[in-house]
This record gives sequence, C-alpha cells and structure tokens, in this order.
Amino acid sequence: MKKLLSRFLSLSLAAACLTSLFTGCHGTKDTNEFVMPDGLDASEKYEIVFWAKNDTNITQTQIYNQAIADFEALYPNIKVNIRLYTDYNKIYNDVITNISTGTTPNVCITYPDHIATYKTGDNVVVPLDNLINDKDYGLGGKEVKFDSPSKSEVIPEFLNECILDGQIYCLPYMRSTEACYVNKEYVEALGYEVPDILTWDFVWEVSEKALAKNPDGTYVLNGKDVMIPFIYKSTDNMCITMLKQQDAGYSDDDGNILIFNDTTKEDLKVIAEHTGTGAFSTFKISGYPGNFFNAGECIFAVDSTAGATWMGTNAPLSDIHENQIVDFTTEVRPVPQFNVDEPKMISQGPSICVFNKPDSGEVLASWLFAQYLITNDVQIAYSCTEGYVPVTSKAQDSIEYQEYLSRSGEDNSQYYSVKIDAAKLLLDNTSNTFVTPVFNGSTSLRNAAMQLIESTAKSTRRKQVVDDAFFEQLYEDTKSLYRLDQIAAADKDSRKTLGPLPTGSVVLLSAIGGAWIVIIAYFAVRFATKKRAD
Amino acid sequence: MNKTAKIIMSTTLMASMAFSAFGCSTAETTATETTADVAETTEAAAETTEASETAADLLEGKTVMTYAEYAAAPVDSEVTVETYIQAKQGWWENEGVGNASFYTQDENGAYFLYNMPCTEDEYAKLTVGTKIKVNGFKSEWSGEVEITDAKFVIEEGNYVATATDVTDKLASDELISYQNLFVSFTDMTVEASNDAGAAFLYSYDGSGSQGDDLYFKVSVNGQTYTFTVESYLTGADTEVYKAVEGLKVGDKVDMEGFLYWYEGVNPHITKVTVK
Repeated sequence: MKKLLSRFLSLSLAAACLTSLFTGCHGTKDTNEFVMPDGLDASEKYEIVFWAKNDTNITQTQIYNQAIADFEALYPNIKVNIRLYTDYNKIYNDVITNISTGTTPNVCITYPDHIATYKTGDNVVVPLDNLINDKDYGLGGKEVKFDSPSKSEVIPEFLNECILDGQIYCLPYMRSTEACYVNKEYVEALGYEVPDILTWDFVWEVSEKALAKNPDGTYVLNGKDVMIPFIYKSTDNMCITMLKQQDAGYSDDDGNILIFNDTTKEDLKVIAEHTGTGAFSTFKISGYPGNFFNAGECIFAVDSTAGATWMGTNAPLSDIHENQIVDFTTEVRPVPQFNVDEPKMISQGPSICVFNKPDSGEVLASWLFAQYLITNDVQIAYSCTEGYVPVTSKAQDSIEYQEYLSRSGEDNSQYYSVKIDAAKLLLDNTSNTFVTPVFNGSTSLRNAAMQLIESTAKSTRRKQVVDDAFFEQLYEDTKSLYRLDQIAAADKDSRKTLGPLPTGSVVLLSAIGGAWIVIIAYFAVRFATKKRAD
Repeated sequence: MNKTAKIIMSTTLMASMAFSAFGCSTAETTATETTADVAETTEAAAETTEASETAADLLEGKTVMTYAEYAAAPVDSEVTVETYIQAKQGWWENEGVGNASFYTQDENGAYFLYNMPCTEDEYAKLTVGTKIKVNGFKSEWSGEVEITDAKFVIEEGNYVATATDVTDKLASDELISYQNLFVSFTDMTVEASNDAGAAFLYSYDGSGSQGDDLYFKVSVNGQTYTFTVESYLTGADTEVYKAVEGLKVGDKVDMEGFLYWYEGVNPHITKVTVK
C-alpha cells in the first residue's frame, strides 16, 4: 500500500508549477538579503521549521528525529520542528503557497528544479556560498559544534548540481540514479546472458522474445496470463536519458526548449512499436515495475536505486502478497545505453535549501542544522535505508560505510544485496551521471518529456494511428499544455538586456534631468548674485 | 524660496515620485502579473468551457454501454457509460486543467473515474447522486479497473446507492466482482496495526503524520484485512478520519466505503461506527 498515495499525487506538482511559472518577485518583500551575523547568539532561542521528505519509510522518519535530537543536544538554544512529507511535489506546492505569505519553512528537502522557482522571489532562498565558506560557521568551520565535512569533501558532481545562476543554493542531501533490475533466470531462459551494460537493442530484443505464448494464451516464459517484459517507472527520465545518450537536444543552460526534435520522434516510434506488441509499458499505465517484477511478470524493471528495497524476491518491502512473489535472481544494471563505451545515467535525489528570514541569527541556526544533515551520522544512516549514496567523500570513505557495503547479502534487511548493489552502481558511475539544466520552467519541460512517452504509449495501446502526423500533433499539444513556448520566451526575456527605453520613460528621465539642471542653475545664479552683492 | 523655485522643486519632486513609481519593480511587476494571471485564468476558463462544449459534442453520438457490456470490454478500449456520482476525491489542477477522481455507480455496477478533467465549478456541481454520461478508456492499474482520460456531461437524473454488505465475501474470489462498489462491512474487530499495538497508522508503516492516509487492520472469520481512510477522499477534518484516530484495538466496528483495489482489495472507508 506504500506507493498508492503517490499515484494520486503524481501529477500534482504541475498545479503549483503553473501558478508560479511567471510570477517573479512574489517573494517576501520585507526580507532583505541575508547578511552573515557576527556569530550565533547562544542566549537567543531559535525555533526553526524543517520540512522533510521520506520514502514512506519509518526508518527514515526515525533518522530525522534522531538527527534533530542530536542537533538540539549540541545547540540547546535551537529547537527544530519537523513536518514530514512523503511526496516532493507536495512540499513544492506548500513552499510556493507559503512564499507569498512569508511563512516558508527554515529548511526543507527539495529538488534544484524546485529551487529555481522558489528563487524567482526576492531573497526567498539563501545563497549558500558565503555560509559554506565562512571560516567559523561554514563547512568544517571552527565554531561548528559537530564533525562537519569540509567543502572539498562534498562530492563535486553533487555539489555542482546545486549551483543555479552561478551560486550554490542548496546542499545535496542524498543521491541516487536509475537502475535496471533484471530477472536473470528469465533472460537466460530466453537464450541470453545478462551483459554488464545493457543496450536498448538488447532489452527490446529480449522483451519481444518473451512474448511467446502457449496455446492456452499464457506466456511460455512464466506460464501466466500477464507478462510485461520491460516497464519503466519514470518516463520523464526515460526520455531525458535517451536523448542525453544520443547527444540530442532536450534543453540548454539558457532555458531553450530543444526536446521537440527528430531524435525524440524516432525514439517515440521505437517505444510505440514495442508498446504495440506488449513488450513495454510504464508505471502510469500499468503500475509499479517492482510489483510486476517480483511477481515474475516483468524481466527488465527500471526504477530508482532509491527504490531498491522493493525490488527482488527477497525484497524487505513489498506491495504484493507474499504468495504472489516468485523466486529468481535480481541483477542490478545501469539503465539501457546506446553507447556502452560511454554510459550515461541521470543523477537524482533530494537537496537541502535554507530559506531567508528577517532575523539573520535564525538563518544561521537554520544553516547549522542543514549542515548537520550532511554529517556522517545522518548521511550513513539515511543512505543505508535505501539504495542512496552519501553525498560526501567523508561518509563514503568512512570505515563504517565501507563495512556496510562489504556485508552485502548478509541478510535481507540492512544488508539486502539488491539495495547495496544499487548503491554501488551509483558509486561506480558517479562520473557517468548527468543532470538537466535548471531554470524557472524546467519542471514543466520534465513533465512534457514524460507526456510524450505516456501519450505515445497510451495511443498505441488504444489502437490509434501513431504516425508522423500523430507526432506533429503531439508536439504541438504538449508545447501548448506545458506552455513551453512561453517558458522559452519568458526565460529569454529575463536574460536579455532590456533594450531601448520606452519613449515615456525617456521623456520622464529627461524631465528629471532637466529639472535638476534648472535647480542647480538657479542656485548657482543665486550664489553668484549673492557673492557679487557681497 | 520664490515661486519659480517652488515650481521647479515641485516639478522635480513629482518627477522623482513618478520615477520611483516606475522604478518600483516589485509593485509594477506584481500589478502586471496579477492582470496577466486574471487574463490567463479567464482564458483558461474560456478554454475549459470550450472543452466542455467539445466534450458534450463528442459525447453526443456515443452509444451508452450497459454495465455488463462495460465489464466485458477489453482494457484500453473506448467506453461510454451513464453513471451517478457517489463520492469524489479532492479537486486539483494539473497544468491549468482541473482534475478529480470519482467513485460512481449505477443500479448494476460501479465505475471509478480516475483523474477526470473538470473545472472547479463543474466539480462543485458533481454532488452525490448526480447523473453523468462519461466517455473514456477502460484501464487497469495494479488491478484497479477504471475509466481514464474521461470526458463527461451532466444529465438529468439522480441515484444514490445503498451500501452492499460484502463482509462474508471478503475472503472469496467473488469479491472482485464488487470492485469500486459502495459497500459495507459489519461486526469486524479492530486489530493491532503494528508490534507496538497501535490501532491505526499514519501511512502504511506509520511513517506519516496527521493528514496522511490512515491504515488500520480489522478481522472477521479469522482473517485480518488492511483498510484505508484515503485522505484525498476523507481528510483529517472528516468524521471518519477522526473516528479511526479514536479506534482502540478490540473495538467492534461497522464500516462503509468503496471497494477500491490495489494489488488486492484496498477498501477506502468513509464511515466507521464503533459498537
């Protein structure tokens, strides 16, 4: 039942997104730019609000609570009030709502894409560069009361994802990527070996072969009525990753929308072809890949490494009844690739941002708590709950974490092998990860990427004609629905120089200038006259 | 200061004020955006009206299926039914398009309408008992059979279903034939939801907080089942939500709700009566 809620929430992100898309300057108008105070006043009581997200995982909730208790013990004058969410989109919606009323939390778990929208308000989100580099209270600062990592110990690729418009606006909290979870026995039964790196061609070929049926209509491979060989959870990632692997356009750093190109269309045609045969489906159409995978009704299930505890015969978490789960070996591989020599996979995962407040002491207290969340105690504990990896080398290289990795398979809970394999996948491929450009509107573009695949798959399943005309119409409908032409225009407008002043402004400024000249001339004449009289 | 100077100064002051007003980017931007928002909203409303008219036009020639025909239709096929609203989840907006999910039913069977586009005004009109004609695609998501990508028109007519007691069918294969119906359960016993003996949990494993879905276990005939109070159907301020928060292990309860499906039966409970 864990994941059901997210289905009802899965599209809610866009609600707030559109409301906020072009609403620059909707911020807390009375908040000035944050200026670092001289120090943290120990006699002052601070109460800060922390909006956290967990994966509907009670252990993660407990880790947050423990982190707060430990932090409050170090800083008795700071009280942290946590509000728990199970969906990033709901946090995003609530932050947007609270920006306009000046009631944002102090610290929240969020995505850089979302911060791009938050920061369209004036001084809403605190740029962290000065805080990070502060010798007293920055990362590894001498006044910090805990074993804080230094800036150089934050994995550079992950920290770089937090840079927006040249400034660091968040700290990475956890990182994950996508993995392809493979039913090894099914692949072998079809006459193949699971390669170290899957190609798209391999996955399509095996998937098609898995559709052979018995005379009674059941599938030869599993003897059941249901077999969806290849299921992708996040089709926005699927579209983005396919394009990245082919060096095709998606968007650029200037916020230009490049997704509606011929490569995208060719990819969609392939997806349509395999959807039509029944070889491929998506989470939104059929359900969670893990449920089909664990029931022996799927061979290749692509989902986040942060969902690894739900994948496989011995998965500690499951949404299906235990008597539906079949016995098989789960292999964890990178998502399918076009070029095995240059694998590319998405980097994802939550970050931590600090909101600005009128009291700079409160902001400093918030920063200290944010910083506490990337200490080894929190990083290692939280990353072990799922296939996340810690965001600092300090944590990754620690004896404690290395021991955790080395004990893979000792049990099916803390040391569940699929979970640890998933974490290792990212650890081994950090340099092969990528992120997409972040700008105000990048969330809508991501939704559009998802829509292209979902619409193609749905229309194919519904026996509608999926041809060039269909794709042309799909492109136009998607641009319109997600207002992508407006995003591009708005973003460009915000970046370009303002151009020549309107005539009215020229006249007004000339009048002001002229008036001052007359005033100065008047007093100059009076001064000269008086001087002469004297 | 003589008259000339006063005129010059006042001109300068007015000009400066005017300049300040022009220069106050926040005020100017806000005003402009508000106007733009209104314009966009009006445009969206017009588009929605247009969409509704299109929906009516589209539905005009559609042949209405009986429940039996609907039940027999394959997944992914186009379906058109006449049905009556029995309950609705919260309305929300996705990329400027309003959506809500509806539990609907006629005299012969039930239809769950997932994320059906509707304006907020239409949502308000879709009260319990309202008759609608719906066209969409029959879909199946994790065992839940539903109508997706639906269009609808409101029609004359009203029907409010009475709950069908399915307590005795909970353990049987026959239960799935009641999927999505308004049902009741009688004389069930509240069981502990976790090792600590909690009578209910916020989220399925207790990781949530007030406002999240409630999960609780109830037993009958030696079998224990997990029931849900779906927060988007009945939120924290509703009677059923509060009633479940007040449950104690061992309580005998009667319940009503909708027979939702997620990898097995997952009733969305709308009423709990402690005996």
